[in-house]
Amino acid sequence: MPVNTKAVGKTYEPTLYAVGREKIKEYARAVGETNPIHLDHLAARAAGYADVVAPPMFAVVYSAPSVGPPIFDPDIELNFAMMVHGGQEFEWGPLVVAGDEIVTTASVKDISEKDGRGYYVFESVSTNQRGEQVCRGTWTNIVRGV
Amino acid sequence: MALSDLSVGAQIPEVRVTPDKYLTARYAGASGDFNPIHIDEDFARAVGLPGRILHGLWTMAQVARAQTDAAGGPEHLKRLSVQFRGMGVPEQEVIVSGTVRESADGRVTIDTVAEQDGKQIIRNAEAVLAL
Repeated sequence: MPVNTKAVGKTYEPTLYAVGREKIKEYARAVGETNPIHLDHLAARAAGYADVVAPPMFAVVYSAPSVGPPIFDPDIELNFAMMVHGGQEFEWGPLVVAGDEIVTTASVKDISEKDGRGYYVFESVSTNQRGEQVCRGTWTNIVRGV
Repeated sequence: MALSDLSVGAQIPEVRVTPDKYLTARYAGASGDFNPIHIDEDFARAVGLPGRILHGLWTMAQVARAQTDAAGGPEHLKRLSVQFRGMGVPEQEVIVSGTVRESADGRVTIDTVAEQDGKQIIRNAEAVLAL
């Protein structure tokens, strides 16, 4: 069965994420960060930031909710049970700090098939409350047995 | 390690970390990814896995940390792309290593991987640092 490519280019409703200080600290501890600017707001302020700084990979926390709708979009017919996360890319702009509000818009970048596997590539673009692009994510999901 | 030490061919300091038994539960809470293959031993086995597996994005965060630690802060990491292969498991050491491939115009490109038990669980990863 060929993959359904009609949704390529489709864009979804933006998601909004309000970045909290304790959430950044919880995330930083879970991934083993030791840099105090991620863990202590006073250290972050002493380093010139408004509040604790999100580690770059915190992008997962504020942008992942945006890629839920494409994964479950009936226009795409992605077989979630057979899906694996094949690859991930993030490109970062200015750092995110506690207190920021991040809006993320997801779109379908590409859908293709090779050797019986479907490749579903979604893009997320995240901007902060000043309109600066803080992160662009490229999410490659592979579905076996399409 | 100073940024000026990131010359072509140089290796970044390794990150070695052993995720403890409960790490996947803490990361699930921290990240919002509660897929049961990461937190439920019985479920993971029922779908043919050896047991609970690590979140790929946690492992990617270790790769990111190796770059930001080498560069001296998160502001230097501009891009990171990875391929996930195989699966990581709790209670076994994960080792991130990397080698500078290119350095031009204040940007350094690093080839980096994460291994566990001799197998690459993140491969073909590329990081770009701005100096």
